[in-house]
Amino acid sequence: MIVETQVACFDSLPLDCGVALSPVEIAYETYGQLNSSRSNAILILHAFSGDAHAAGISHEGGKPGWWDNAIGPGKAFDTSQYFVICTNVLGGCKGTTGPASIDPSTGRPYGMKFPVISISDMVRLQKKLVNHLGIERLLAVAGGSMGGMQVLEWAVAYPEAVACAIPIATTSRHSAQQIAFNEVGRQAIMADPDWCDGDYYNKKPPARGLSVARMVGHITYMSDDSMREKFGRRFRTQEPLPDFSSVFEVESYLRYRGSQFVDRFDANSYLYITKAMDLFDVTNGHASLAAALERTQSRFLVISFTSDWLYPTYQSLEIVSALRGRNRDVAFCELQSNYGHDAFLVDVAEQSELIRGFLASTYREKVARAS
Amino acid sequence: MSAVAHELRHPSVRDVFGRSDYAIISQIVEPNTRVLDVGCGEGELLHWLALHKGVDARGVEIVGAKVQRAIARGVSVYQGDIDQGLADYPDDAFDYVILSQTLQEVRKPLKVMKEMMRVGRRAIVAFPNFGHWSVRLTHLWSGRAPRTKLFPHDWYDSPNIHFLTVHDFESLAAKMKWPVERAIYLSGDSEVKLFPNLMAEVGVFLIRK
Repeated sequence: MIVETQVACFDSLPLDCGVALSPVEIAYETYGQLNSSRSNAILILHAFSGDAHAAGISHEGGKPGWWDNAIGPGKAFDTSQYFVICTNVLGGCKGTTGPASIDPSTGRPYGMKFPVISISDMVRLQKKLVNHLGIERLLAVAGGSMGGMQVLEWAVAYPEAVACAIPIATTSRHSAQQIAFNEVGRQAIMADPDWCDGDYYNKKPPARGLSVARMVGHITYMSDDSMREKFGRRFRTQEPLPDFSSVFEVESYLRYRGSQFVDRFDANSYLYITKAMDLFDVTNGHASLAAALERTQSRFLVISFTSDWLYPTYQSLEIVSALRGRNRDVAFCELQSNYGHDAFLVDVAEQSELIRGFLASTYREKVARAS
Repeated sequence: MSAVAHELRHPSVRDVFGRSDYAIISQIVEPNTRVLDVGCGEGELLHWLALHKGVDARGVEIVGAKVQRAIARGVSVYQGDIDQGLADYPDDAFDYVILSQTLQEVRKPLKVMKEMMRVGRRAIVAFPNFGHWSVRLTHLWSGRAPRTKLFPHDWYDSPNIHFLTVHDFESLAAKMKWPVERAIYLSGDSEVKLFPNLMAEVGVFLIRK
């Protein structure tokens, strides 16, 4: 399946910080066919460094999408039955308006003049696109990690527009530890002299800082077990020398992933998006998490993974417990996996079973019955 | 033919589950109600109730693999422990709370029963009857912890940690002032009418608060 990213443009988007972005563009891809009653649409929400290319093979780069193992005919999100949409988030650097976009008031990239954005701003823009596509009610919104935060925001902000919500390996708000890891990444970028207060677009980008930030990120996405299995204490070179020229496999891997990331990601997007994640709290404006989630009208499927120490199960359970306290329809399962936080992207067999069954029953009960 | 007798012969329920207590429970539950099945296993009963009686079905189950199969069936199941698993639910959240073949396995049966009666308006409890004649005979003749068709485990690897009879349950319900709306006694696939405490393998009680 060859897919192409498309772009929709809107005149203006009001932001939580008080200003409006004008104009604003959003990159998206779609897979499968929208049915005549427009009741089979699923919105997929990507994690921190993802993009609109979730499935299929891209027309430009020839690369598979980031969740191609979960989206497609017969897969968890079965494109022979459902119409699947994925967008690039606001503040991103893959086609949606972000810090690298041109500020119409200056004719130069926004850089650090880009307004502070929030998870709810990202969701507000997605809602515009969904409306633009002529869809009033989504069968499902689904995503892992930061995508899961957007799922929660969708269910609270637009309760009538979400039949079911699937937040995976996520939280209703970041803990001090999660904020701390993000701050290390941000400081690595800002400490790079090439960052130039964010004004580097016609110059050398802060590659060293961004690469170190990504290395820290990758450590938090894996588990002790998965790293032991993948790298152990093996050396990259055959005969290790007892000096600094010797390189462990794990070091080499992190450097490679770090340098690769520099080619595909904008450092200022890193700063803005991680800040949006840290500031996110679905409880904002409500008395409690339960009070916030009381607004929802969706069925929920909450999934966590045993070895995910970045978004541990207790954070999923906080969500589940609040939903149960308000007698909302929620299914919860902690899946066994050694892959750490990455599990929702790579260890998808059991997760797919859950999602497939949950979507089918929601479609049968909530959508088909209503139409 | 009585409703119970009909339900016991009804192929769509018993044959699917191979469990006559499920057949009775599925007959007791009124259509379009809210149902919580505590210790719901793979969600077979809830799935059937959702499809055929339009109930709003929820479950609690501790074993991860069973939870996965239940959710894959489309049933909203929460992976958690029964002894604490009901605490989050508000009062009267359900019309029926079902506890099938599980009461004898929980650490604190009375606490679980009280929680069921808090979150539900009615409870349906099915349990193996320790007063059945085969249990009594085996115990009397062998002088050992009874092993029967109903209680097949050795004492050291049995999941059953509390043993109760039909009479024990009736006394508890009376003591707690939970009126028994229906009591159905089963032996295999047949209903027992006489001497249930001696003749029933399984008791199914519908109680309310």
